[in-house]
Amino acid sequence: MDNNSLIRLENITKTYSVGEVEVHALKGITYTIDHGDMLSIMGPSGSGKSTLMNIVGCLDKPTSGQYFLEGREVSTYDKNQLAHIRNKKIGFVFQNFNLLSRTTALENTELPLLYDADISQKESREMALNALDLVGLKGRERHKTNQISGGEKQRVAIARALVNNPSLILADEPTGNLDTKTGDEIMEVFKTLNRERKITVILVTHDPEIAVIAPKRLYVRDGIVEKQEEGASS
Amino acid sequence: MNIMRTIRVSLAALTRNTMRSFLTALGIIIGVGAVIAMVSIGQGAKIEVEARFDSMGTNLLFVRPGSRSYRGVHGGGSYTNLKQEDAETILKNCSAVRYVSPNVNGRAQVIFQNNNWNTSIYGVGESYPEIRNWALQEGAFFTQSMVKTSQKVCILGSEVSTNLFEGASPIGQIIRIQKLPFRVMGVLESKGESGGFMNRDDMIAIPYTTAQKRLLGIDYIQSIDISAVSAERTDEAMSQIEEILRIRHRIAPGAEDDFNVRNMSDIAEGAAESTKILTILLGGIASISLIVGGIGIMNIMLVSVTERIREIGIRMSVGAREKDILLQFLIEAIVLSVLGGLSGIVLGLGSSALISHFAGMKTLVSAGSIFLAFAFSGSVGIFFGFYPARKASKLDPIDALRYE
Repeated sequence: MDNNSLIRLENITKTYSVGEVEVHALKGITYTIDHGDMLSIMGPSGSGKSTLMNIVGCLDKPTSGQYFLEGREVSTYDKNQLAHIRNKKIGFVFQNFNLLSRTTALENTELPLLYDADISQKESREMALNALDLVGLKGRERHKTNQISGGEKQRVAIARALVNNPSLILADEPTGNLDTKTGDEIMEVFKTLNRERKITVILVTHDPEIAVIAPKRLYVRDGIVEKQEEGASS
Repeated sequence: MNIMRTIRVSLAALTRNTMRSFLTALGIIIGVGAVIAMVSIGQGAKIEVEARFDSMGTNLLFVRPGSRSYRGVHGGGSYTNLKQEDAETILKNCSAVRYVSPNVNGRAQVIFQNNNWNTSIYGVGESYPEIRNWALQEGAFFTQSMVKTSQKVCILGSEVSTNLFEGASPIGQIIRIQKLPFRVMGVLESKGESGGFMNRDDMIAIPYTTAQKRLLGIDYIQSIDISAVSAERTDEAMSQIEEILRIRHRIAPGAEDDFNVRNMSDIAEGAAESTKILTILLGGIASISLIVGGIGIMNIMLVSVTERIREIGIRMSVGAREKDILLQFLIEAIVLSVLGGLSGIVLGLGSSALISHFAGMKTLVSAGSIFLAFAFSGSVGIFFGFYPARKASKLDPIDALRYE
């Protein structure tokens, strides 16, 4: 096995039953993501890219197939073990930010550490301040989420995603609710994190202009990998 | 996630919606307050009854006509088989008896000049003050010879004295009881008790012989009050009295008594039993409000879970396990009910003090009832908080994150 591979997907399928009908969202995906990669997952809506992201993000389990994260077969894990993996290894950034309302930037950033028994309150505070500093929010720690702009909210979300030093940040349409200029700034933050801190970043998007920022691109359609691309095309 | 952090998270969630949290807790506050106040009334009544019986003396015995098996139905007028000779024989022959007083009772209109008063007339023997621990405020009690010769003398209860004489000294004055003139010999000390049974301030004591002949026209007595030589010897006195009365009344062996002898502790027990029922009744009614308060908590927690599905999804996505979510919502419910319980204790203490101050009722808040109400409110929180908390913890993180 390739030592450098962070994620290895072996013939992943996912089937939902909606009433009587079975929906095959994923029909066998095999793919490998290395440490330090920056990858875009592209595809139209209904292609299965959200399902793939949920499985890679350990929010959901595949119906069949194997999923190895850092060599561990997480496809066999139960709910609590998956929660632990999400807590330690994965950071999420969502299109609609998903921050706790009426709560400060600092408290939002600290949220994952709250569920990490190994980290004391003092450490947690320090780590959260560092993360906020890293996304350029120094001095805004005490602002509540309803007092800051969309771009700043997404920065808080990124700080929350990276506060626990995860192996992987999963971003689902991170610029979808932002104007182009702010979106570009947010993408710049991801690039910097990937380049300077060697954090693996997976972007899920249907926007080709955002997708091409990533050196690797995976196109999903009808539950299978349609094509893979590598190299900067912009 | 450790408990202290969970509590802090829960507190933060509760303070984010202070008004709602307060209204939710109000159910518990009122519930716990009501339980404590109601139970304090019941326990106060118990203490008061016990104290009243204690003040009557524990060596007190009563003989009443009628068998014991007709409990509660023997009335003063329905039996005529108890005579003053019975009382005299008891005093003469029972070594464990110190004082005896034959009694007859009635009500009468009492007049002094322009003042009218309707009150109880106690026809008693000269030893009655010793038996009942009565003290006189002024004057003296009537003597044995006055009883023997059926003198028209009387002793006034303090309330009667106030009503007839309006503060002036009644000693030596003549009052009319059912038109017959009686000379006032003394006034009883006020016991300061109003209402209830056996009001010792609103009555007039006269020799029982006078009451029999002049007021009631009867030759029997209605009861005998007896004082044993000591509290320890009341049981002995009881059996002596029973023995002598069976002989005097010629009751065949094995036949039922036509009288009954009861001691103070029998009567006190009966009264204690009824105050206990009062306590349980009041406490029970108040507990219902506590349960209603608990349902209020469950209701709000369910609403809160639905409102915060997104929050739950976010927490799950960053690594909260089912257990963490369950604990967070459960602790929110417990914090609500425990804070409600603590405020309820304060409310209960306050209202119990107000009740005793304004309604003149004795109340007693025991540590036990505080503890019980508090423990109960905590369990209400756990019980009614569990279902909503479990519902929250069972949410699917993907669905919860997508929830609009």
